[in-house]
Parts: sequence; C-alpha cells; structure tokens
Amino acid sequence: MRRRIREAALKIAIVDESPARAAVIEEGLREAGLTDIAVLVERNGLVARLAALAPDVVLINLENPGRDVLEESFALSRALARPIAMFVDQSDERSIAEAVDAGISAYVVDGMRKDRIKPILELAVRRFKAFSRLQGELAEARSALAERKSVDRAKALLMKRRNIDEPAAYALLRKQAMDSGRRIADIADALITADALLGGN
Amino acid sequence: MSVFRIGFLPLVDCVLPVVAHELGLAAAEGVTIEPIRDPSWATVRDRLIYGQTDAAHLLAPLAIATSMGLDRPAVPLGAPFMLGLNGNAVTVTPRVAALMGRQAIEDATAVGQRLAALARNRKAAGRRLRLAVVHRYSSHNYMLRYWLAASGCDPDRDVEIVVVPPPFVAEALESGEIDGSCVGEPWNSVAVERGVGVIVAATARIWSRGVEKLLAFRRTTLEERADEVGALIRALHEAGRIVIDPARRGEIAALLARPAYIDQPAALIERALANRMTLVHGEAPTPVRDFLVLHREAANFPWRSQAMWLYSQMVRWGHAPAAEDGFDQAAQVFRPDIYRAALAGTGAILPSASAKVEGAIAEPRGVGSVSGRLIMGPDRFFDGRLFDPDDLAGYLAGSSPD
Repeated sequence: MRRRIREAALKIAIVDESPARAAVIEEGLREAGLTDIAVLVERNGLVARLAALAPDVVLINLENPGRDVLEESFALSRALARPIAMFVDQSDERSIAEAVDAGISAYVVDGMRKDRIKPILELAVRRFKAFSRLQGELAEARSALAERKSVDRAKALLMKRRNIDEPAAYALLRKQAMDSGRRIADIADALITADALLGGN
Repeated sequence: MSVFRIGFLPLVDCVLPVVAHELGLAAAEGVTIEPIRDPSWATVRDRLIYGQTDAAHLLAPLAIATSMGLDRPAVPLGAPFMLGLNGNAVTVTPRVAALMGRQAIEDATAVGQRLAALARNRKAAGRRLRLAVVHRYSSHNYMLRYWLAASGCDPDRDVEIVVVPPPFVAEALESGEIDGSCVGEPWNSVAVERGVGVIVAATARIWSRGVEKLLAFRRTTLEERADEVGALIRALHEAGRIVIDPARRGEIAALLARPAYIDQPAALIERALANRMTLVHGEAPTPVRDFLVLHREAANFPWRSQAMWLYSQMVRWGHAPAAEDGFDQAAQVFRPDIYRAALAGTGAILPSASAKVEGAIAEPRGVGSVSGRLIMGPDRFFDGRLFDPDDLAGYLAGSSPD
C-alpha cells in the first residue's frame, strides 16, 4: 500500500555524497507525490546552497562529514527569520531512533507539525534500507563471481601440474578445504598465490 | 563478555580506548571494546544518544551541551574518565604565517598579538580572517576565542569563526576556504606535511592543562552497568600507563595509523605522542612542552572545575544561559565519584577533591589525594587569570564581552 503524501508544497533537500542513494530516495519521495526536491552531493559550498534553497526539510546520511558544518549553520540560523531545528524537537524519539538505525538524520524548519514530517522520514528510511540491501546483494554477487574465478584458476593449475582431470582437481581442493576447516575459495586463493610466488605462469 | 561499542573520530586522542582494545587490556578486565569510527561529532553524539553505541570519545563541551539540551532535547550524559588534556594546535596558511612573522611557539602572548593585529588589519580592509574550529561546542572554539579575546581581538566581530571537520582542514587551508584552524592531531601535521599549513600555536600554551575529550556514556548506562563501566575504566587507565612509555611510542603510533583508526602515516601520528612537532614543512621538529598530556598527573580524572570553566566560556560567548544552575548541571556531567570507585584499590592516583582553582599552579606541586602521590604540573592560562569555581560571578564579570 502506497500512501500519497499531500505535501506537494514542501521543499526537501537530500544531502548525500552517494548520488545513487540520493536518487533512490528522491524517486521514493516523488512517487509519494512530493515534487520540490533538491539533491546536494558536493561538500564544498553546502551551507551556501542550502541557504539559497531554504528547504523545509533536510535529509542527510549519518556518515556524511558535512553534518557538523550543517548543524553549525542551523545553530546560527536560530537567530534569523527562518530557523531550522533538529527534527527531534517536535517528533517522537522512536521514529528518530529508527532513522538513526537506518543511517539517516533529518532537520526541519522550526514549528513544522510532526504529522507532516513523519511520513516523509518513514519513506526515506524505507528507501535508505532498500538501498543498503541492494548494495549488500551486489557485493555478495560480486564476491561470489570472484570466488568462482579463483576456484576455476586453481583447478586449471592442479590439472596442469598434476596431470589430472577437472573432477579430480576439484576433489583435491575440496578435501584440502575440509581437512583444514577452510573454504574452498580460500584454498584456491592460497594455491594461486603460492604458484605465483614459486614462479608459475 | 560485556561489550562496549565506542564511537570515535580519527584523532590521536582516541588512543586510550584503541590501546585498551588492541593490547587486550579490556579483555583482561572482562569487557570487550568495539570501536566505531565516524566522520562527524554530530554522528558520534547521535549514535550514543540513540543507543547505537554505549560510549563515545567526545568533545567535553559537546557532552555538556547535549546533557543540557542546548540545541536539541536534553539527553543526560556522564563522563567518568577524561581521554587526555591539551593536544590541539593553531595552524595557518603559509601566507598568513609570513604576514605574522616568525614567533617562538612557546610564546603564546607574542603569537596572539601578531595574529590579533593581522585580524584587525584584515577586518579594516573588509576581508576578515576566517578561522576554523571543529565544532561550536569544542574546547578548540573556546580556547581560540579565549586567546584571541585576551590578545585584543573580538572573536565575534574581528574574525569569522567557521566549522570544518578535522580530516578536511588541510584541504580547506589549501583551497583558501580558511586562513587558519584550531584542530587536533594528526590534522595539523597533515597540513604541514602537504606544505599548506604552518603551526603557529599549541593550545597547551593557551591553557597548560586544558580540558579536552572525555569518554561519555548515557547516564542510564552508568547506573545500569556500573560494574562493567568500572572494568572499562580500569582498562583505559592501564592503557594510559602504556601510552606514556616512550619505548612503546612507535608501536602505538603504528596501531593508530591503521585504516580502521586514523588512517594516516604513523610518523605524523607519533609527533603528538612525542610532544615534538614539525611546525613548518621540511624543518626539524620542535619540542612543545606538554603538547598532549594523555595520562600523567591524573590527567584522566574528571575535575568538575574543568566542566565549570567550559560552561563559563559557553556563557561568555552566548552559547548557554548565565543561570547559576547551568554551572551545576555542567559540573554534574563530570563524574569523579565513578572514577574513584572504579580505581579504588588499584594503586591509581585518586585526588581527594573534585574541583580546584584552575590556572593556579605555576610550579609543579603536591596535591591532596586519597591514594597515590599526586604532583600536578603547571596549569596556568597564558594571561595569568585564575578560574575559581567558588567565584563564578567574579570570573564572568572580568571576562569580555560583559
């Protein structure tokens, strides 16, 4: 079920050094009916660009090194006409804790109602988590591929050196792995390294 | 085994938890440390207050601001252990250094006057000097402001003070984004090594025993896990004994240099540990007395008067209300009671008082202790002022602006 957020007038800034992740969050917000969204990737000049944008909500990833600079500008803005407060000023601690767990921090213009912000933050959290999951799957797929290549190379080495066929080479790798309590891919890596050191080609 | 996830920023004064973890001192006390590195103080703070970490390497004034709810709803923190004194430096661009002329780094008065004169000239020319600190609520900010103000420069009007995260200081000096910075190590040395910065002052010369980082916990953690916190404190205290041993210095620097910790060359990290700083790229190192005091003289003891001095500066610069109970609340963040309870019977030096007049020691002298013999080194402010926690109104009245 996708709930539309009837807040087309809200201006949102996404600050993230990962353009891909920012795009995933932006897309989610647009699907929910928000249209006024800016994405800021660069660290340099961040504060000036945010000041020019004057967003109602700023979403920033927790590991962004710009956070202290941003908070300083918010502290200074308290004296100005359009103060930006930490989101937590008006919201329930639980949804903030969930956002921090997911890796996001949010700031809103002071005085904005909590019920206007909550769905936006929840959506950003879901998108952020989905992105992390995708990245994890991608990394897994990449390492599985790399492992298969190592095993293939190690098998080829054994076939050549010991003049055996492929099933026999694989059986040797598997036995060594079982005997030493290590993974087949690790045995294959060790074999390839040893072969390179011993002057194999 | 009881686990403490500890948040930290890549700085030399994160060394005690790192050593306690890597050299097995925590394990020997029955606790496990999981170091968690972050790029901003905001995130170190948020992970602590939302329970993603159990403790944090934190700027002392930020722990006070968080406990008092200055920028966000208050979360009471407690600090039973200080992670060191001093350790920061003021680094300026080679251009500003040339305009200031060469002064001895030991003479904070002379350097301060040159910097203040330059700042006033630049202000008159309509191009104020832009100086970076690492956070609004940092000892860097308050030490720099104290020094500038006492040197005849209004830090709010004559210069522009901005925030730059430590790892970006060298880049900001190089690009001309800032003219100077007050930051911890190794980030001054990184700027010097790249030839984009010259170290002109050490905060150890502004206040010879300046309060710096602390190990912060949520106050609820201190209550609910009191025994485990005690074990962690003993491991950190033991780590202190190791890091001040000159024979272990190379090994400790190599440990901190790892990608998981500071991720910078060990040779740069070793400078602060050895109190020998290379001030200008290519020059021989200069000894800087007490540049970083990690452990000796009960440096890890949380004196409540240190918290109160910080609060006086927060009031002075309009960062906190001047209310009497503000000083009490700040003092309550420092927990000498927990420090004493954790280290009782271990042979550690345990001061008998919890507060002292700051800046009163000119020559090393003995101080009352319930255990161990405590000799305190000079703790003077460069302008000779005293901070008496029993006369807060008098101190504030004597500080500009009024």
